[in-house]
Amino acid sequence: MDERELRKLIGEVKAGRVSRRAFVGNMVGLGLSAPFATLLLSHAGVAQSAAPLEYKPTKAGGGGALKTLFWQAPTLLNPHFAVGAKDQEGSRIFYEPLAAWDPDGNLVPVLAAEIPEIENGGVSPDGLAVTWKLKKDVQWHDGQPFTADDVVFNWQYAADPATAATTTGSYQNVTIEQIDPLTVRVRFEKPTPFWADPFVGSIGMIIPKHLFEQYKGAASRDAPTNLKPVGTGPYRFVDFKPGDLVKGERNPVYHLANRPYFDTIELKGGGDAVSAARAVIQTGEYDYAWNTQVEDEILLRLENGGNARGRVEIVPSGAIEHIQLNSTDPWTEIDGERSSIKTTHPLLSDPAVRQALALLVDRAAVEAHIYGRIGIATGNFINNPQRFVSKNTKWEFNIEKANQILEGADWKRGPDGVRAKDGKQLKLVFQTSTNAPRQKTQAIVKQACQRAGIEIELKSVTASVFFSSDVANPDTARKFYSDIQMYNTNMGAPDPEMFMRQFTSWEIAAKQNKWQGRNTTRWRSEAYDNAFRAAEGELDPVKRAALFITMNDLVIKDAAVIPIVHRPVTAAMSHQLRARLSGWDNAFWNLRDWHRAV
Amino acid sequence: MSRYLLRRLLIAVPSLLGISIVLFTVLALAPGDPFGELATNPNVPAEVGAALRAKFGLDDPVWLRYLHWLVAMLHGDWGFSFVSRMDVDRLILQRLPATLLVIGSSQVLALLVALPVGVLAATRPYSIFDQVANTFAFIGFSLPTFFTGILFILVFSIYLDWLPFVFRADIAATGWRWYWEMFRQAIMPVAVLGLFQGASWTRYVRSAVLDVIRLDYVTTARAKGIAERAVITKHVVRNALIPVVTLVALSMPAVFGGAIVTEQIFRVPGIGSLLISSILANDTPVIMAVTFVFACLVILFNLLADILYGWLDPRISYR
Repeated sequence: MDERELRKLIGEVKAGRVSRRAFVGNMVGLGLSAPFATLLLSHAGVAQSAAPLEYKPTKAGGGGALKTLFWQAPTLLNPHFAVGAKDQEGSRIFYEPLAAWDPDGNLVPVLAAEIPEIENGGVSPDGLAVTWKLKKDVQWHDGQPFTADDVVFNWQYAADPATAATTTGSYQNVTIEQIDPLTVRVRFEKPTPFWADPFVGSIGMIIPKHLFEQYKGAASRDAPTNLKPVGTGPYRFVDFKPGDLVKGERNPVYHLANRPYFDTIELKGGGDAVSAARAVIQTGEYDYAWNTQVEDEILLRLENGGNARGRVEIVPSGAIEHIQLNSTDPWTEIDGERSSIKTTHPLLSDPAVRQALALLVDRAAVEAHIYGRIGIATGNFINNPQRFVSKNTKWEFNIEKANQILEGADWKRGPDGVRAKDGKQLKLVFQTSTNAPRQKTQAIVKQACQRAGIEIELKSVTASVFFSSDVANPDTARKFYSDIQMYNTNMGAPDPEMFMRQFTSWEIAAKQNKWQGRNTTRWRSEAYDNAFRAAEGELDPVKRAALFITMNDLVIKDAAVIPIVHRPVTAAMSHQLRARLSGWDNAFWNLRDWHRAV
Repeated sequence: MSRYLLRRLLIAVPSLLGISIVLFTVLALAPGDPFGELATNPNVPAEVGAALRAKFGLDDPVWLRYLHWLVAMLHGDWGFSFVSRMDVDRLILQRLPATLLVIGSSQVLALLVALPVGVLAATRPYSIFDQVANTFAFIGFSLPTFFTGILFILVFSIYLDWLPFVFRADIAATGWRWYWEMFRQAIMPVAVLGLFQGASWTRYVRSAVLDVIRLDYVTTARAKGIAERAVITKHVVRNALIPVVTLVALSMPAVFGGAIVTEQIFRVPGIGSLLISSILANDTPVIMAVTFVFACLVILFNLLADILYGWLDPRISYR
């Protein structure tokens, strides 16, 4: 079925001639996954019948205490200052965005009355404006009404550089105007297909104007409400100790009927991920443990141990553990920088070497022996949401074939078993951060390479150095002063635009941009740049998805990166707790629906 | 005496200054930056992190940052945390109660174990009791707290399911229930720390008492027919405890410094866990404040120990 036929069919669904169910059935018959088919519909503007977490409680409250454990504790409760996910989670108990991302990458209205679409006039056909209708009768915890004023204020607050907000990137190139007390319009400078960024998800939480107004700009640090949030969320603020504890109680005037279920909520921080999982699964002291990224073997042992009181929940996300191949020469210094864009890598510039390396990464073994359920072998850089996943790539582990390719490209084995060509030996330095699963993966790669005549020298750098933006340090991932490196990068939003910037030529990390550029591989491709430019302005969701698939294929075909495993989000939950997690938003994205099965 | 005190206090000023310079330089040289997490998030533009660094003065030269810090400190302003965006003194005061409670009671427990066991072992050297006490003392201070802590959790929380292993600063209960819950959750961290400290103090007490018990004046006291009990408590222990008192006084700063490893294992929201999380987050003002307070306390308690020493042993004079 080609694009035209598909569009025709979607049109029939829109017109009501074909039912949603029949469409999805049809697509599944064609080998597409059911979520993908639904997504095609929702992105072509066919309203989605929401099938969220079934909410059983018939009244608000009465659920007792919800106890959650985070091995990283929130250190502040202003969503605009959040440095990491932990701070966002703490804020998300009290604050809400206009809309949230569900696990399939769809928008769910929270403070918005409905999700803007082209059909309901919310999204302008030229992609230059989005109109949000706000929910009526929403109150802040102090009784003040929530209005469009608050939304506009959040933009002014975050966009002001003096506020030093970490969310500022999403608010700087837009203008927000109030249409009426319950309608706001977001205007973009250029056509923006991915308009669901400001006021959405983890960076979209809205703070009250009446309490933050005087603390905009340089005075932002002095706001008492930075530590005592007043939001619209399902729970009201009780207590906060930075780095340790957040407590909340049920909001009796929450804007959704019969919610929330729990009377109090507690977020305890600190410790480590393993013992957090233990406190939920083994001892049952806590109901929920956040982000239990530990070896699957340990999780399985906890889950399968006698009388386990909880389980591990795993949901897909856009995180990808991958190997990057340096396109430039890390061993020659030009104008005070190594890995300079003016050089090419002496060994890795040969496509044969790149292809051979891609064949030498035993992803199946990495999945089976290291990550288990929390790292799934993949040949793609974009692995979620399904509409952006390429079906054109495949991966294999084949030492034989790698040997043939190298042999065919005149890389001959020397007396020491290491291949060489024109006096250059195939010796590579492989760096990553210090982390047990990564060192094991390095060892697996090194072994396979050895059998193909490539000598790999392993190097591991402390995470705090490796991931830092410290300009003075030569060992950061950004500087990439080695031949190959490996780490995990996360897509964050269910749209790959920001994520795929990291292969564009204008993002190349270099001395002149203090290595702040996202393109660490220094890989360049005109075809890629063009596809990216096109996708940035492409308003047709199907065409846009196709462009991202093209970009993914370009990167994979040229082996600029070698994907290893994509890593879902994991959490531990007690058997009774009913909660739906999302890989595209905070764990607490639908905290209002969390309840306990009786 | 007052001249001695004055001199010691004056010497303390340059040493504190030196300590602060060393601390600040080491922290400035250490890799990492408080907004590193932003740098790895593809949805946050690189300029955001750079602007934050500039705003908090992280790009200034080290000496300038040090001067800023020093001037503020002299004015009583401890700075504010980069990651919490709140004043450091408030952050520390919030953590103090848990640390004082857990570490304080563990030191009391250590003393309660070390004094009687050490004295008893020394009065009957090489008896069965002495042998057993010695063995346990050796085991006690050879096992690191991170090991015993996890062992305790495994036994008492997971297999026996008696005690909670997550320490909570505010328990939702009142009256006796509150005390009971507090007691239950504090047992394990206090025992881990107290027994470790107690084991090494037992050895000190034993050897101090052994040193004194052989002296002539003890024999004289016994010869005068004084009851053994009185000889031990009045003549032996009193003199033997002089070095022990110094030792205890010197370990007092640790009460404020917290126990980094144990606090982390049991999630005790104390100064130690604040310090470790600040180090991991590269939150320089908090690290500076905690370590600097710690340095002050060490110097102060050193002085206190010296003064106490002279008071206990009048033969020592100050010049």
